Amino acid sequence: MFRLEKRPTPSRFWTGATPVVAVILTMLAGGLMFGVLGKNPFEVIRTIFWDPLFGEFAWYLRGQLLVKAGPLILIAVGLSLGFRAGIWNIGAEGQYIMGAIFGASVGLAVFPTENRLIYPVMIAAGAFGGWVWAMIPAILKTRFNTNEILVSLMLVYVAQSILAMAALGFLRNPEGAGFPGSRNFNSYPAASNPELIAGTGMHWGVVAAFITVIAAYVLLQKHLLGFQIKLSGQAPRAARFHGVNPTALVVLCMGISGALAGLAGLFEVTGPAGQISIDFNTGYGFTAIIVAFLGRLNPLGILLAGLLMALTYIGGEMASTNLGLPSAAIQAFQGMLLFFLLAVDVLSNYRVRMSMKGTA
Amino acid sequence: MLKRTLLATAALGLGLAFAGAASAQDALKACWVYVGPIGDGGWTFQHDQGRLDVIKAFGDKVDASTYQENVPEGADAERVLTQMALGGCKIIFTTSFGYMDPTNAVAAKFPDVKFEHATGYKRDSANVSTYNARFYEGRAVTGTIAGRMTKSNKIGYIGSFPIPEVIQGINASFIHAKKVNPNVTMSVVWAYTWFDPAKEADAAKALIEQGVDVILQHTDSTAPLAEAAKTPGVIGFGQASDMAEYKPSPRVSAIIDNWGPYYVERVGALLDGTYEQKDTWAGIGGGEVKIGDITEAVPAEVKAEAEALAASIGDGSYHPFTGPLNKQDGSAWLAEGEKADDGTLAGMNFYVEGIEGDIPQ
Repeated sequence: MFRLEKRPTPSRFWTGATPVVAVILTMLAGGLMFGVLGKNPFEVIRTIFWDPLFGEFAWYLRGQLLVKAGPLILIAVGLSLGFRAGIWNIGAEGQYIMGAIFGASVGLAVFPTENRLIYPVMIAAGAFGGWVWAMIPAILKTRFNTNEILVSLMLVYVAQSILAMAALGFLRNPEGAGFPGSRNFNSYPAASNPELIAGTGMHWGVVAAFITVIAAYVLLQKHLLGFQIKLSGQAPRAARFHGVNPTALVVLCMGISGALAGLAGLFEVTGPAGQISIDFNTGYGFTAIIVAFLGRLNPLGILLAGLLMALTYIGGEMASTNLGLPSAAIQAFQGMLLFFLLAVDVLSNYRVRMSMKGTA
Repeated sequence: MLKRTLLATAALGLGLAFAGAASAQDALKACWVYVGPIGDGGWTFQHDQGRLDVIKAFGDKVDASTYQENVPEGADAERVLTQMALGGCKIIFTTSFGYMDPTNAVAAKFPDVKFEHATGYKRDSANVSTYNARFYEGRAVTGTIAGRMTKSNKIGYIGSFPIPEVIQGINASFIHAKKVNPNVTMSVVWAYTWFDPAKEADAAKALIEQGVDVILQHTDSTAPLAEAAKTPGVIGFGQASDMAEYKPSPRVSAIIDNWGPYYVERVGALLDGTYEQKDTWAGIGGGEVKIGDITEAVPAEVKAEAEALAASIGDGSYHPFTGPLNKQDGSAWLAEGEKADDGTLAGMNFYVEGIEGDIPQ
């Protein structure tokens, strides 16, 4: 019989190999599913993983990959800091929305003034909006010991209602004939976030995501705070003896992740999305949680995971349009990725042993 | 800024040239973008029926096999549309209000591709047309049935988003329910979704708990009907699609969107070179809105009354928004015999007198 035996320390090999194995298993199981649906599994897998990168329209889709991955990476890096310290911010989606609303409000308040300073102020407002929204669960946790998972998650729904209010009310385009939705930032240069180089998909949000990855990497490797974060996650008691202030750490980690999610929202609303609308948020804040874990809570890993996730979205869309796959099949395929990741993850903490004596 | 735009246009134009060359000798490619799954049994399902009509009508001359379900409104829509345009689609139907800005943005980059946006009002470039149906005409008919059928005198309405199209429906239903039953009141619940069975079921449940016994819905799933089926005496109507599986009750009738004729007309026009930009808004008369079979759960005289109303709207002798009508705040809107103009209807952002509650602002 097989038996799982806990490793004294997590296996370095399996920690690195898990995502790769998970992707391969997803391809196999997904291929099987596509086969059952009557499609050629090889063609579908090629469409999802190969065509967006090297296919006929790769020149356009590679850029779109960055557009899609940018906010995922930006949010996931922030979340990973908290996750490492055992602080669970599940409400990045809400912080993303609030960042967009705060930033957009600043921009729309001064419409149609043209000034170079407007966009930097909007960026600050976006980060602030996300930060404020993350401070609510942070302070409730440190003051009243509430559960930050529940509070941050519930605040997503509050943020969605505020978003609806904004789109229908205080941010509604006065020239929109009564329809919901704000003005489009793409036609307001001072407040817009266009592609920096045409066709590359690079916009300020993607730039910010790359900077954040590097900053987080340095923080975790070289800075005392990074050490404290890691220590708090692995050995909370030892961390306290080391002089780590748990209250400060919660406020800091929630604050950073909230601000980064807010930034992602601001860059998205002023760039790819273009406007505040009732359903502006499309789940980046939740998907980023998957990205954070897929990237092993490591900034460089998250960079790759974000790109991979973006690839399954864009390739999945292509498979769906060109090969006539139901979109639910693509969603199931993405779900498999997380499922296999968590399943294979067992191998980094446990060893599989053959047991001679039958069942233990 | 200008340079950037030029570069982008050039890059896209280049791609288009390749794409065009690849599919020049093939069939005309018509493509659809859907906001929900085809299996919603409502809005998206009916658009897909229209797509199938195109296949039936043109056979090999048109390739209408390309569509994408569940496309979020916003940045993702823009990418999907670009992919379709690059992929050789010559006419693209974007079938939800929220695709308005993405449709216009992509259309500006692909002047040779025709874009058809459902329920919107922006036609920024010459290759964008808009189309919609006068659903409020159907609402007048279901409102009449609702007013006759309710025993508690409480009608519930599940709204999707507070946009003019939905508000037209609420007003038209209420006006005609009130006309046949002066004691009727209407509660509106906003679901903020076009398709979310769980939310829609919750909304229906909340209405039923308030004593509502007729549910009208402007969301696309069959969940409210499934919820109504659990409580005896509660009825509802099929929305967008016939939803015949809930016949004869709770589904007593339906408003059916019939997009096929429009899709066939537009694709046909593109084939024979007569295609022109336009804004289409047809109703019962044009065949875009149909009233689903009124079941035996409805008394014969009510059925006859509803059918007569539908016929009079269809032949143009009656307009569902005919004065005297006041706005909710009591101010005068339409004088005796005056008919609402399309401009006011297209931007409708007020309730008529007698409806309780506020439109979310």
